Amino acid sequence: MSAAFLEVRGLTKRFGGIVANRDISFAVRAGELVGVIGPNGAGKSTLFDLLTGFTRPDAGTVRIDGRETTRLRPDEVCRLGVGRTFQKLRPFHDMTTLENVMIGAFLHTADVDEAREAAMAALYSVGLADRAGAHARGLSTGQRKRLELARALATRPRLLLLDEVTGGVDPGAIPGLVTLVRDLHARGLALIIIEHNMRVIMDVAQRILALQLGEIIGDGPPAEIVRSERVIDAYLGEAWR
Amino acid sequence: MRRVLAALLLSAVVLFPLVFTRPFPRHVMIMIFLYGALATAWNILAGYCGQISLGHAVYFGVGAYTSTLLVREIALTPWLGMLAGAVLAGLVSQVVGYPCFRLRGHYFAIATIGVGEIVQTSVLNWDLVGAARGLFVPIKRPDSLLNFQFHQSKFVYYYIALALLGLALGVTRWIERSRRGHYFRAIKEDQDAAASLGVPVAREKQAAMAVSAALTALGGTFWAQYVLFIDPESVFPLSLSILICLVAVLGGVGSLWGPLLGAAVLVPLSEGTRVLLGGTGKALDLVIYGALIMAIAVFQPAGLMGLVRQLGARRGIAASPGARRESAA
Amino acid sequence: MGLVYALVAAGLSLIFGLMELVNFAHGEFLMLAMYVAFFAWSLARLDPVVSAPVAAVALGGVGWLTYHGLIRRVLGAPMLAQIFATFGLAVFLRNGAQFAFGVDFLTVKDPWLAGRVSVAGLFIGLPQVGASVAALAAFLALYLFLSRTETGLALTATAQDRQAASLMGIDTERMFALGWVIGGACVGVAGALLAMFFYIYPDVGGPFALLAYVTVALGGFGNVPGTLAAGVIVGLVEALAGLLIPPAFKYSVVFVLYLVVVLWRPQGLFGRF
Repeated sequence: MSAAFLEVRGLTKRFGGIVANRDISFAVRAGELVGVIGPNGAGKSTLFDLLTGFTRPDAGTVRIDGRETTRLRPDEVCRLGVGRTFQKLRPFHDMTTLENVMIGAFLHTADVDEAREAAMAALYSVGLADRAGAHARGLSTGQRKRLELARALATRPRLLLLDEVTGGVDPGAIPGLVTLVRDLHARGLALIIIEHNMRVIMDVAQRILALQLGEIIGDGPPAEIVRSERVIDAYLGEAWR
Repeated sequence: MRRVLAALLLSAVVLFPLVFTRPFPRHVMIMIFLYGALATAWNILAGYCGQISLGHAVYFGVGAYTSTLLVREIALTPWLGMLAGAVLAGLVSQVVGYPCFRLRGHYFAIATIGVGEIVQTSVLNWDLVGAARGLFVPIKRPDSLLNFQFHQSKFVYYYIALALLGLALGVTRWIERSRRGHYFRAIKEDQDAAASLGVPVAREKQAAMAVSAALTALGGTFWAQYVLFIDPESVFPLSLSILICLVAVLGGVGSLWGPLLGAAVLVPLSEGTRVLLGGTGKALDLVIYGALIMAIAVFQPAGLMGLVRQLGARRGIAASPGARRESAA
Repeated sequence: MGLVYALVAAGLSLIFGLMELVNFAHGEFLMLAMYVAFFAWSLARLDPVVSAPVAAVALGGVGWLTYHGLIRRVLGAPMLAQIFATFGLAVFLRNGAQFAFGVDFLTVKDPWLAGRVSVAGLFIGLPQVGASVAALAAFLALYLFLSRTETGLALTATAQDRQAASLMGIDTERMFALGWVIGGACVGVAGALLAMFFYIYPDVGGPFALLAYVTVALGGFGNVPGTLAAGVIVGLVEALAGLLIPPAFKYSVVFVLYLVVVLWRPQGLFGRF
């Protein structure tokens, strides 16, 4: 299928005097893994908010699977097959790990037992099954990242947006997460991941979008991007060479 | 062991009026049931779904006025009037919810107070429904179930109130275990994260509101048939909304039995102080309520149920789910 | 009148800006202030204009007490607890006043400012004019304090970004307490002023609280100068409504205004978020 699953055209968002996203256009095909890099404040998380319906753009369109989704609510976007995790983790603190994931699973069934099974399956796939009965409050950061992942996975997305999945995680836990991301990709999931950890990006991304001050300054294969003068100037730094 | 206790308690409640035949004890129990039901209904919206409504008396009043007007104008049996009241309250709640639910937290609470005040003022000035004079429910003799009036004794009222409470508890329990119940709790915690997982937040909030309003309205009709007189001051006031709130909070919001527990503690207390302090007690008991609310907010937001759970956990009795705290991994 | 509302609302706005907490008992604070003014008058023959500072101090104290006794403990608590905390306080104060002072309507008789004055062809009560002037003065004082003095700036900084402020060495807890003290003081002055021409009774706080909420919403939560303009607007709307619709519904109009503002422009006319 060469038609893009996600198509973004001319997306622009202003907050007061600041232009968070300016004229962003790109496309993501089914099953593609795209990395997004850029300095802080470049507008990466805002882009995710725009894609998932948390904010409305001032201009531009978003199309998912051919349908225009620019003005849809977050839950409607989710139902079309887009899941996301958040940079600042937001587990449901007072619920158990299992219950957290069940919320996602409920998208596809109203039956509590079915949801429970689907949730357990999701937990297994991220390696959190042993913490199913624990309160979300008591999980470590790495575990919470997996929880968010499992939760989003339970909604059976076709495109998953990961916002800094390795942020704040112990270096020792990162390879595990990377393997997870690769597994998900292998299963046919399209992924857009915002990352600061360049090693992770280089490892998994098929394509990289580089953002700076709300604009795209690079869109191409990793090898090409890391040699781009603009990107090195804006973000990677001379030491990268 | 717990089952035996529960069965004993239930039989005690059911047999109560047979043992205690004087009107006052029965009245106290009826009030416990009524407030328990109202608080349980409120709990659905506020405890489970996290939307604090401080103007819930509106629905109580809608229920009372609807059934009473129908009895007066077209001699409709209050039972059907009760249903009509519940439906109307549900509709009103949707109208109220539509703008109000766009607000969150504190702002939503303020909005609900405002709605309550507006409705009370409107009815107060609306001659068609009796304005400040109120409405009398036409007395029908002899006592009859059809006319929902019993003058000889409170015996039947007792069981009707009990049934109402049972209904409220049953609905709550059913919701608690369903998908909707899970969605409510997620919305309460973090409504944006819930939305990102496909939860139709607005729709769910409206649903919670509708159920809560309808149940509250049933209580309103019961009240109308119990005291046979209603006026804006008695069914719409902010103090009633506060009371419903307090009962639920005292007992423990977000739990099934909390509101009933709150009622069981608060109603006898207030009836007792009324007897002891006579007419002047009116303001003093509210003063105490205010202090109570503050105390609960500061020390034990989980209410009495929270206390119960903590004691239970310490003694090692299997506590209900949600009481355990796992240490960080 | 709008200016007085602005003063009442200013305190509310400040508190909210500092700690994202709505003080449900603000109307009751106002009521207390009016009672203070009344007692100053009846016991010490102090005209409200003179007792305004007294009320300010008294209510500032009340604010401080509230913060230390109550608010401090629920800052980290779930929102439910916070709402209930101030809500409970409101109930407590309102009925406590009823218990202590009875339900009678009290008035301050023969205030210094009495009679009417003609302004551009309209007759306005002198007390009202006096109140507006005083309110404006108080507001200016507040504004100067916030923007010119070191403490005031620290307060504003804390309101804008708590963490950054604490990193810079500002004691946030003192700032919070200060916010409550100032909020109380504002309300104290407003209450004393209102005592000049309003009946004083336990429930008097209610409608004013509602007006205050609308004013804060309109001016932008946390935006103190905004509340000045908003207060004027609200005052005008209220007066107009009073002329056009039966008085009982006056507050309904105000409330509808609140809904409209909060839904359509959550950040208020001048708000920052």
